[in-house]
Amino acid sequence: MPGNPSPDAEQLLKALIEQMRPAVAPETGLIGIHTGGVWVAERLHQALKPAIPFAALDVSYYRDDYEARGLRRDVKRSEIPFEVEGRDLILVDDVLYTGRTIRAALNELFDYGRPASVRLATLVDRGGRQLPIAAQFVGARVDVEPSISIDLTRGVDGRLAFVLNRRAS
Amino acid sequence: MWLNPSNPQLDRKGQLHHLLTLEGLPAEILWQILDTAKSFVGVKVKKVPLLRGRSVFNVFFEPSTRTRTTFEIAAKRLSADVINLNVAVSSQSKGESLLDTVDNLSAMHADMFVVRHGESGAPHFIARHVAPDIHVINAGDGRHSHPTQGLLDMYTIRHYKKDFSNLRVAIVGDVLHSRVARSQIHALTTLGCPEIRVIGPKTLLPAHVEQLGVQVYHDMRQGLKDVDVVTMLRLQNERMQGSLLPSAQEFYKYYGLTDDKLAVAKSDAIVLHPGPMNRGVEIDSSVADGKQSVILPQVTFGIAIRMAVMSIMAGNK
Repeated sequence: MPGNPSPDAEQLLKALIEQMRPAVAPETGLIGIHTGGVWVAERLHQALKPAIPFAALDVSYYRDDYEARGLRRDVKRSEIPFEVEGRDLILVDDVLYTGRTIRAALNELFDYGRPASVRLATLVDRGGRQLPIAAQFVGARVDVEPSISIDLTRGVDGRLAFVLNRRAS
Repeated sequence: MWLNPSNPQLDRKGQLHHLLTLEGLPAEILWQILDTAKSFVGVKVKKVPLLRGRSVFNVFFEPSTRTRTTFEIAAKRLSADVINLNVAVSSQSKGESLLDTVDNLSAMHADMFVVRHGESGAPHFIARHVAPDIHVINAGDGRHSHPTQGLLDMYTIRHYKKDFSNLRVAIVGDVLHSRVARSQIHALTTLGCPEIRVIGPKTLLPAHVEQLGVQVYHDMRQGLKDVDVVTMLRLQNERMQGSLLPSAQEFYKYYGLTDDKLAVAKSDAIVLHPGPMNRGVEIDSSVADGKQSVILPQVTFGIAIRMAVMSIMAGNK
């Protein structure tokens, strides 16, 4: 969009990795939220090398807009390859906005068990929260109009990039 | 909610509103159901909250254990409230009409009816008369259709064979009485399966069955040659009228699936059966329990398929 340069996702990822380095222990569970959050979690996992694999969460069954919008077409299966009970977890998403996705993710996580703690990491925080949710690790805060969506893409080379799109109203 | 006049299963946006038959259901919706079911297979949590606060009424005018139970499990895993009504032994036997039964159930604030009925077309009839926000799923009507069984068969075939575009599928036995066979033929055709065979004695194949685009065989060994998938149908003793068959023993001799008959199919062919099985009538125990049998996985996939259908429909407002 004119006047709104896309944030550099690879640059933000580096910043995020450095912020998180002291917080990620070998047994910390990284949990990416489909789809963009999983890409970010995968890269964080490569860089921070916790001893356990990263998890992928699809929160479609827990979304609060199911009544209004139905089930998304391309639901993925949530894969959590470690025990949630008693573990320190970090939820990972690409863009933090209203906080509703994170609410759904927390509900789903607690169906798996009672974690010791849950923190939140996001590449971009665009404000606009509708729920009392905050991220502990943030690549950057950006200010964009509500009519613009910030979408993460992944190239064939694996590089992450943000694109700004005007929302279909 | 306005239903699509050309296909009463779909709403005006072309989304699934009722599931009555697989005939005429667009491929896109079949793939959507299969993909969604895949996300439900192996879900580790016991329940997901999608249908919380909704009431699913299992209305069975005809006895069934497996289908009713799998619908019940599916609805409960979606957090719905499930009410099981065995209408065959209550209202109907007291003389209540089908519409009165449905009106009474609607007045109990049902969100979804899962209907099994001995008469072909009964679920269509109910779907036409319920309030517009109620969804109806056909759980088997007469000889007509059993769409969730057809879908779980498609799921099973896709799971083992990945792709429909190179498959040779044989459907064997009592095709005449089988709503499962019709549902399979429609779904396989829509999903692009190039060769569907039906195998059985003339008395148990519908007249002009080849007009459905299938090849007809009366000899088991010819029909099974080089097939990838074998679906055995149950011999429906309760629907037999008159003398369609000399005896179950003779049927077994010619059309029962034994190891030596299965040997003419491809070596990696899979064997499906909708259940309940008549061992020693349409299928030999050594095949039913053998390594090519996928009969028990079918039951597991059936729950995921029913979860997918219910959660897609309930989300389509």
